[in-house]
Order: sequence, then C-alpha cells, then structure tokens
Amino acid sequence: MDLFEYQARDLFAKHGVPVLAGEVIDTPEAAREATERLGGKSVIKAQVKVGGRGKAGGVKLAATPDEAVARATDILGMDIKGHTVHKVMIAETAPEILEEYYVSYLLDRTNRTFLAMASVQGGVEIEVVAEENPDALAKVPVDANEGVSKEKAQEIVAKAKFPAEVADQVADILVTLWDTFIKEDALLVEVNPLAKVASGKVIALDGKVSLDENADFRQPDHEALEDKDAANPLEAAAKAKNLNYVKLDGEVGIIGNGAGLVMSTLDVVAYAGENHGNVKPANFLDIGGGASAQVMANGLEIILGDPDVKSVFVNVFGGITACDEVANGIVQALALLADKGEAVTKPLVVRLDGNNAELGRKILSDANHPLVQRVDTMDGAADKAAELAAAAK
Amino acid sequence: MAIFLTKDSKVIVQGMTGATGMKHTKLMLGDGTNIVGGVNPRKAGTKVDFDGTEVPVFGTVKEAMEATGANVSVLFVPPAFSKAAVVEAIDAEIPLAVVITEGIAVHDSAAFWAYAKSKGNKTRIIGPNCPGLITPGQSNAGIIPGDITKPGRIGLVSKSGTLTYQMMYELRDLGFSSAVGIGGDPVIGTTHIDALEAFEADPDTDLIVMIGEIGGDAEERAADYIAKHVTKPVVGYVAGFTAPEGKTMGHAGAIVSGSSGTAQAKKEALEAAGVKVGKTPTETAKLARELLS
Repeated sequence: MDLFEYQARDLFAKHGVPVLAGEVIDTPEAAREATERLGGKSVIKAQVKVGGRGKAGGVKLAATPDEAVARATDILGMDIKGHTVHKVMIAETAPEILEEYYVSYLLDRTNRTFLAMASVQGGVEIEVVAEENPDALAKVPVDANEGVSKEKAQEIVAKAKFPAEVADQVADILVTLWDTFIKEDALLVEVNPLAKVASGKVIALDGKVSLDENADFRQPDHEALEDKDAANPLEAAAKAKNLNYVKLDGEVGIIGNGAGLVMSTLDVVAYAGENHGNVKPANFLDIGGGASAQVMANGLEIILGDPDVKSVFVNVFGGITACDEVANGIVQALALLADKGEAVTKPLVVRLDGNNAELGRKILSDANHPLVQRVDTMDGAADKAAELAAAAK
Repeated sequence: MAIFLTKDSKVIVQGMTGATGMKHTKLMLGDGTNIVGGVNPRKAGTKVDFDGTEVPVFGTVKEAMEATGANVSVLFVPPAFSKAAVVEAIDAEIPLAVVITEGIAVHDSAAFWAYAKSKGNKTRIIGPNCPGLITPGQSNAGIIPGDITKPGRIGLVSKSGTLTYQMMYELRDLGFSSAVGIGGDPVIGTTHIDALEAFEADPDTDLIVMIGEIGGDAEERAADYIAKHVTKPVVGYVAGFTAPEGKTMGHAGAIVSGSSGTAQAKKEALEAAGVKVGKTPTETAKLARELLS
C-alpha cells in the first residue's frame, strides 16, 4: 500500500526523522486557519500518489492566509496525471534550501536483501540519477537481522560522499529512517529531497512510504491509512468480501482459482479477443483453493455487478479442490443470486479440468442453466467467452 | 533420482496438528510420503492417527530429527508464526524446509533468508507461498495433488501452484521426474536457477519446463543461467502479459513496477537464451511434447 506524502511525513515524525510542520485539509477554507497556525505563510502541496506534481502546478507558496485559501482552491480538484487532488497538505515553508540529497531503504528482490540507497544529487527523480550518473547513487546492502546501526549509517554516508558538515546529521537520519522501515513493516521508505537548509539543519522535505499489507496482523494502525475514497467501488466491495480482485478495463469477467492460473487466463482471453472485436479481460479474480458455493456466489456477484462485463469466464483447475464441488458452487451461486432477486443476464462460459472434472461437467450439464455453457479446454473456453462478449458489445 | 525429494526422504510436518496440516498430511501419506513426525510443542508426546498410520508429535524440529532421522520439513504454520518456525528448522539444520504458508510479511521472509545465509545455507528453503514439490510415485512434500500424473522424465519448476497443476495435467501421459513450486513471494528460498541446476544434474530428467510470472527479474536471471549452464532442452511459459503496471496480481511478488518485471521482457530474455516459450499453457505443453518426441 502506497501512502500519501502527509502520511509518510507523519510516520517519519513518529520515528524521529526531522520533518517540517504540516497538516492535511480537504477544503480551501481550512487552509486559512492552518496557515495562521504556521505563522501566516505556508506551502500548499497536492496529495497525490504520483510523481511530478510540482511541475503540474500542484505545489504553491502562500505568503498570507488569504493567499493560502486561493491556492488551495486552485489545487483541490486539480487533475495530476489522472489523479484528482482531494487533499492538500498545508506545510511550514522551508527555510532557504542550500542542498538537496536523497536517501531510501527498499527490498532488493534480486539479492534477497534490504538495500540502502543514498545520493547527494537529490531533488530530482532518482531513476534519472541512476540512469545518467550511476556513480552518484550509492547502494549498500543491509542485512535484515543486523539492521542499520550508527556505524552502518556512517558507511552509507561515506559511500554516498555526503559533505563532512552534514555527515553526522544524515547518519542519524538514516538510523531513524531504518526504524521507520522496520517498525512500520515498510517495503519502501524514501526521502527526496532530504534538504540542507540555511541553518545547516538537514530535514526531510518530501517522502514516499509503501507498506506491506501482509504485516497488517501486527500493524493495527495501518488500516486507517487506507485511501478508501480512491478505491474502485468494485475493488472495495471485493475486498470487503475477502476476494482477491483487480478491476481492469475490458469486457470479459474472469473467475479462476490460483493467482498464476488467473493471470494466465487474462492473457489467453486477451489473445482470443484479438479475433473477436478486441475484447479484453475485465478483471482479475482469484477465488483460491477450496472455493465454496458462497465464495463463488460472492465472486459472481462482484463480476456481474460490473457494467463493463459482457460475458464471464470461469476457469478452474481442480487440484485439491474437486470440480464437482466447484460445479455445485456455480449452480448454487446462480440460485443464491436469483433468490436475492438479482437477475443474471450475462452468459457464463465454464471450463473445468482436473480432479473430478467429469463429475463437475455432468453437474453443469444436468443443471442446464440457460446462461451457462461448458467448454472443456482453457483456450477453447477463452475463445467462446471472447466471442460472446464481442457479440454483446 | 529426481531432485530434492525421493522415496528415501523422511518428512516431518511443522503445524501438522492444525486443520490445514491435518488435511495435507493425510493426502501426503496417501501419496506414499514417508511422514515420520509432526512438530507442535503443546502436543509433544502424543500421536495422531491418519487412517491407521500413527504419526508421533515432537516438541521441536531438533527432537523430531534426533528421534526419526527426518531430513525434510513441510511447514503449515500461520503467517504470524512462520518466521520462528523457519528459524527453528534452520537451527536444527534440517536439509530441506518447504514453506507452504501464504501471506508471510516480507520483513519476516527477508529475515529468515538472511538467517539461513548467515548459517551457511545448510537448510534449503522452498517457498514461502508455494505448493511444495512432488516426485511422482515416490514422495510428496506439500499440497500438489498426487494423482494428476505419474513418474516420467520431465522436470518442472514454477512460481505458480495452479499453473503447475495445469502443466502436469497437460503432460500427464508423459509424467514427471519432479515438479517444484518455488512460490510467488518477493523473497523466496529456492529459485528457478537452483531448480534448473538440479534438473540439469539429474540423470532422470530429459527436459525442463519453467513457468514464470510478472515481477522481479528471476526469469531474466534464469535465462542467463540457461544460456551458460543448461544443456537439456527447456520450455518456458510466462503469465501476466495483460497485467497493468503497479497492481499486485494475487501473488505478493506478482507486480510490474514501472518498466521492470514485465512478462514481455521475461519472454524475450528466455527466447534469447534458446528457450521455446509458449503463448498459453496448452501451447507450452505442445512445445514440450514436440521436443520429447
């Protein structure tokens, strides 16, 4: 889960990383009081989870509370690279910035270790620095069990060639930033820019944090950080039912078991779509192993509730799960939806293979539901589902 | 022969007495796996009856190994307790630990991997978030259905469970030497490369099928390894061509970040290494069949 800047700022502050004062608001009028609390001037910063907001006009200075209201009015509702601004942070104006640096911790998947990255060329996109001047970006592996002590931090500082007069401050910040990374179960903590200001002090002016949702069981505070407003309503509904669902922009609804098989199903449907009006998968939905009738019903309900969906492809390989149970699940799911008064009007193509496939197929044939068609190969079923979606488009 | 797991493997189950552990221990026994014990400190000294087979429960992995000579552990331990369980297996220096559990926090898997490394990697870790591995006709350590296929001469390594089953099913008449599900998490113990190396050395494997998916660069590195070190034919499949950037597709590690981790890049890298890559699982199976005939 990626956080907004203000949430990252709050986590930095909680763990002792120096930041500027600021608060988040969602109405222009609130900018006045917030700016008054900061002594009459402020920076208004759009809160969007995308880079380049400064260039897009999403960061403005305000010299008076009135001006803050005007700038907040401009920025709230603005579209930045497809992201609508719903919140702005009213932040303390930074003292004169003398230098801009970069520091981060992240997972290095390739080497299966954590990695510290640091550069004295901050304030720009770090990918650009990595590309154009790779020597200016220091990369230091961090052992997950040893972490970042003051000594380790000094090693990072030395490797990135921070100027002597800020070395100690930056090392301290690297230790507190590591605390943020570990204690919040983050996948990424990044400060860019880390600024040296006129007083000589080093402060985190902007940052990014991404949290590991698999750690939610020991991070009870993280739920509150979720951006529930921005979630796609179908994705939110699926999440509430514990379904692993991602909305996509096509017309063929997909239900399958197992993440790999479902990803593969999306691809096979997209290929089939090339022959049928270029229809594409409408979603990713993995109902997992041992899907009960209720889980199947929940999944079908979400997919059939998507107005973009013109046909549905249920692709199941019975591993431990028996296909007769899956078939019963589909039949019961359709009955459950009918009982709830939800008219099912979209055609379903079902492919069952593996454990007890014959039994499962027989159950579907016997049920003889007018909207359910059986196709017994994955490629064939994808083709049929694409054809039906194209016909209904 | 086969890789990592044979009929001589003595298997214990950490978390055997939980619902999932019970269900799959029964299935593994049914597939002929030599299960010699379970581990649960609160139930040490008891026995669990699986249709007439009595399996003793030990307090620790170390005790189980001392009493039974176990050399493989399969873990069905809930995510919150997985790190401690894997660390226990590493401390006991069991040669193989198969971590089935899905949903382990990255800080935990990174920590147990770093720990395994600091102890000289005496324990091979497979997973987490994987279906385990099977050597058909000999032993099954995990949740791969034992009745899809029979012993044969194809080796399979895959990030995905259900695609493993699908591919075993497509090629069920030919059979497999071993099939290894390495898992779809960002940090895993055994990689494609480890399995490729083992299959290359295995006299009972004639052809290798490698299944990958979006996220990370494991497939690209495997392609590089194949070009340099693998003489046996390799057939590949990559899932996730239609996955949008920045969205996790089911597996925690299955995410395209910016321009890295795309299925297209993986396919191209594999093809450049001489691997025949199928467009769909069915086409991939057909390619394998052609190469074996």
